[in-house]
Amino acid sequence: MQTVFSIAVDALAYGMVLFVISIGLSVTMGLMRVVNLAHGAFAMIGGYIASYAARDMGLGYGIALMIAVFGTILVAIPIERLLYRRIYGAPELTQVLMTIGITFCIIGIANYAFGPTLKTIPLPTGLQGSVDLGFRSIATHRIFAILCGLAVATALWYLIEKTAFGVKLRAAVDDAAMAAALGVRTEIVYAVSFAVAVGLAALGGVVGAELLPVEPYYALRYMVTFLVVVSVGGAGSIPGALVACLLLGGIDTAGRYLVPEFGEFFFYLAVIAIVCVFPRGLAGRTR
Amino acid sequence: MTMATMNDALAAARGNRRKLGRDLAGLFVILALAVVGYLLFPNNLALLTRMTAIALLVLSLDLVTGYCGVATLGHAALFGTGAYTAGIAAVHFGITDPLLMLACGILGGVVAGLLCGAVILRAHGLPQLVLSIALIHLFHEFANKASSWTGGSDGLAGIAPDPLLGLFAFDLWGRTAYVFGIVLLAVVFALLRLVVRSPFGMLCRGIKEDPIRIRAMGASPKVTLIKMYMISGAVAGAGGALNAISTQVVGLDSLSFTLSAESLVMLVLGGTGSLFGALTGTIVFMFFEDIVSAANPFHWLTMVGALLIAVVLFAPKGLYGTIAAVAARWQEARR
Repeated sequence: MQTVFSIAVDALAYGMVLFVISIGLSVTMGLMRVVNLAHGAFAMIGGYIASYAARDMGLGYGIALMIAVFGTILVAIPIERLLYRRIYGAPELTQVLMTIGITFCIIGIANYAFGPTLKTIPLPTGLQGSVDLGFRSIATHRIFAILCGLAVATALWYLIEKTAFGVKLRAAVDDAAMAAALGVRTEIVYAVSFAVAVGLAALGGVVGAELLPVEPYYALRYMVTFLVVVSVGGAGSIPGALVACLLLGGIDTAGRYLVPEFGEFFFYLAVIAIVCVFPRGLAGRTR
Repeated sequence: MTMATMNDALAAARGNRRKLGRDLAGLFVILALAVVGYLLFPNNLALLTRMTAIALLVLSLDLVTGYCGVATLGHAALFGTGAYTAGIAAVHFGITDPLLMLACGILGGVVAGLLCGAVILRAHGLPQLVLSIALIHLFHEFANKASSWTGGSDGLAGIAPDPLLGLFAFDLWGRTAYVFGIVLLAVVFALLRLVVRSPFGMLCRGIKEDPIRIRAMGASPKVTLIKMYMISGAVAGAGGALNAISTQVVGLDSLSFTLSAESLVMLVLGGTGSLFGALTGTIVFMFFEDIVSAANPFHWLTMVGALLIAVVLFAPKGLYGTIAAVAARWQEARR
């Protein structure tokens, strides 16, 4: 019982962190059709900036979080304008290579600038320790991560389903050429959603630093995980991404608890099974 | 009418002769480069042999990515399976004749190719990439887990191949392994030129261009691609076996995502859809790596990243493809 409960809490927290980071990837992938392997690198930049702000400059956790999110967006804008612009609509292989190249460069430069060590982000006292539920206690930062995930999911749902921007975004996802013909400035939609996606990646990188430690090869280590989540969920679908994150987070966490010697064997086995059964992802639409 | 047919036939004959000439020139260039490498780096033959093995992997990746349009980030699965099959045959079954080990490696590669092809070809685009990534991790975890057979993370050691043909022992300087590798590469290259130019190779290119039309013509894209995957597996398996024979150890890194990604980078650097491109990319990338990574691994990553971005932006056909295009234009202008 105890084990089941710990697995459930850890899986939920892990799944939510995965969700916060990869939902941006899912939206941009559905929108711009870019296989973006560099998404994890933006989460890593967020983690590095927050670590620098909180640990080396002694700022508060909340301020460090804000600096990380906006700093990462600032870094990402020139990358989008100079590099991503050129691969919209290119073959997948080209996109994979370009984004792997960007990832390598970001890793190299980040480690040159900040040193090749594990970056910790000190938690404020409010998030340290644990909350006692009477029969079991949960680490507070895990609850914080879960709440962040829920907040992001709600906010995104509101943004996409209830606002004028959301209407334009959905129109551009469904048929970019038609949306442009009807007067939607698709390039602005692209730019805004790219910025939101990068900001969310940075947020996830900072909030999830306890579960996915920020280290020099972070971008490479989790690149595959984020891509897998998006593919399993179906690109461009928020509910699909949420289900995929919880499902894969659950499988991965349960695998680590119950059969640690197998590593990620079951995670990848599940991925192959799901992708073979649902080639377009759990919530993918036929095109 | 007759005139036109005759002209076509003449042109085709001339084209064939030119292609044959290019094949022979290619073989000659491989052998010449091998001799130059031997003379320039007599103390670093291990690197050159490793380069030969990786060249086989990149050639095999070119078969499925360049000729069939299958995007995969898990091609090292075939290479590593070949290496482990050859190694396990030597360590656990006492098959230490290098040619038999090579045959084992090829067989292992073919089986892995069949398996990977059957899974990867179920999807297209992003899901296909994800399947290939999941497969390579699965192979890696499996080899790690089956440590009584594979040695796990310590690697499979104790491979002691017999002298080649009973005459040439594998010496400390790696001369025999080097010559063995170069001969293997030349033979594989010649065979692949035939495969690529055969009707079967043309069918594969057709599938890359338009699978629906190929199906309408009555051929099955999936069966053809799986056959190509098995050929590709044989080539990659030969590369793996060569690596196992020459280094006498097989490590988990031969089944890694990193090796898969690197081989794709090499292929694209040289140029997809051309066997010469695959060889060019391997040679340039590995020399570059040897020089730069000795200095600083993080600078190495930055340089590779910048190189990749530059290739995508300025030379989308790769080094060989760009040079070939420039040469063709130059020839056209001269005529």
